[in-house]
Amino acid sequence: MDAITARGLSKRYDATLAVDAVDFAVAAGRTVGLLGGNGAGKTTTIAMLLGLLIPTSGSIRVLGHDMARDRFAALARMNFSSPYVALPQRLSVAENLRVYCHLYNVRHSGQRIAELAAQLDLGEFLDRPAGQLSAGQKTRVALAKALINRPEVLLLDEPTASLDPDSGDLVRSWLERYRAESGCSILLASHNMGEVERLCDHVLMMKRGRIVDRGSPAELLDRYGRDDLEEVFLDIARDRGRERVG
Amino acid sequence: MIPPTVRRIWGLMYRHLALYRRSWPRLLELAYWPTLQMCIWGFTASFFSSRLGSVGATAFGMLLGGVLLWEIALRSQMGVAISFLEEVWSRNLAHVFVSPLRPWELVAALIGMSVVRMLAGVVPAVLLAWALYAFNLFTLGPMLILFAINLMAMGWWVALAVVSLVLRHGAGAEALAWSVLFALTPFSAVYYPVSVLPAALRPVALALPSAHVFEGLRTLLNQHTIAWGHMAWAFGLNAVWLAGAVVLFMVQFRSARERGALLTMGE
Repeated sequence: MDAITARGLSKRYDATLAVDAVDFAVAAGRTVGLLGGNGAGKTTTIAMLLGLLIPTSGSIRVLGHDMARDRFAALARMNFSSPYVALPQRLSVAENLRVYCHLYNVRHSGQRIAELAAQLDLGEFLDRPAGQLSAGQKTRVALAKALINRPEVLLLDEPTASLDPDSGDLVRSWLERYRAESGCSILLASHNMGEVERLCDHVLMMKRGRIVDRGSPAELLDRYGRDDLEEVFLDIARDRGRERVG
Repeated sequence: MIPPTVRRIWGLMYRHLALYRRSWPRLLELAYWPTLQMCIWGFTASFFSSRLGSVGATAFGMLLGGVLLWEIALRSQMGVAISFLEEVWSRNLAHVFVSPLRPWELVAALIGMSVVRMLAGVVPAVLLAWALYAFNLFTLGPMLILFAINLMAMGWWVALAVVSLVLRHGAGAEALAWSVLFALTPFSAVYYPVSVLPAALRPVALALPSAHVFEGLRTLLNQHTIAWGHMAWAFGLNAVWLAGAVVLFMVQFRSARERGALLTMGE
């Protein structure tokens, strides 16, 4: 069964077609990478999946719920993290997490916050205002917020952006463990090709609002005759892909 | 077990209450303007009251009662609008709207916060009016509750209209959160009867619930009778305006979701 299904999904802003009739599915328990350059349509696609943005056309089902009609049932079972969406800066980390425990109706909120603090190493700054944290600490707090309701579907927009290699590795390891333990389905937008190769079972390559290629990381490397996904990304971005493949 | 709806509404209120718990200047700011207004108008009214005898005493009551009651509407309106703007300023809207929080629950939480903010702002001014001028607002009796309900409701629908404009035009419309109800003050007949207004402006005043509340206040203080007609108009007009503001909010909320404004607002 697919956790996410998007069919003929499009978004038009006046004359600009930001997402152009994309079709894809995220199978339950799998991690799918959404790759593409700036302006490729990744964030727009994620915003439509979250119900933040109404598609111009097409349909989305998340965990069996039609997002056009029944989005709140799906939203209770999913979550989202992006370094570009902030949490209230003047609230402490613990207060921020408590707010989201209430919004997602998480029982035993104190226990859940303590669990996440231990797992993501937040303990030392739980009582500090979110605005006083380093970029890496903020990213970990945003991830804790995204995991507060033990989501079955997780949408991550560049989850390790601005993290140092050590912190990035910690987050990636934690995501791997969380997926293995919970069976969560993850859609990951990232510019970190190493991260995508490590975490994703399947990759969607986007360009100018369309999915221009897809497959497992190994399939894409094989198709383009490259050694790593970064070279595949550049081939697609610079329109070299067809010549190489062709 | 607490119903999920109640928890979500409380969750958003807790977010704002935690902010006030952490910041005493914010708490002080809530009571600052109502208290200042009451002091200025209180001393002014005392001065005229001492010169004009019993006529002045009645005017004193109407003026101070008007000042304090109008603060209920002002603080209620700002309570909703500024709590929403806090989400815009902190760029937290996207997180809030990808949670299972329904739009009506957001509105309920904002209204809950407006009641808290209004009480924190107006109660100190009411107590100070009693201490400084021996003016006890509670002598209005049960009518005070009806006046307050109507003025709070008016503050809410005005604020919902402001929130709708913020959803439409972004943070650029935020100045309205402070100014819009002040613009309605001349038509609300807070300090003078509607009959003082030019004939062309009277229908505008009578379309506002506040004008009926203050006409009712003057009737109560002058004639010691209850103007049920004005009360009925106030409730009826509030129902109509509130329904209109809810429709406007829902239309603009959907429009914001179509334009992607919930993602970019506050940047």
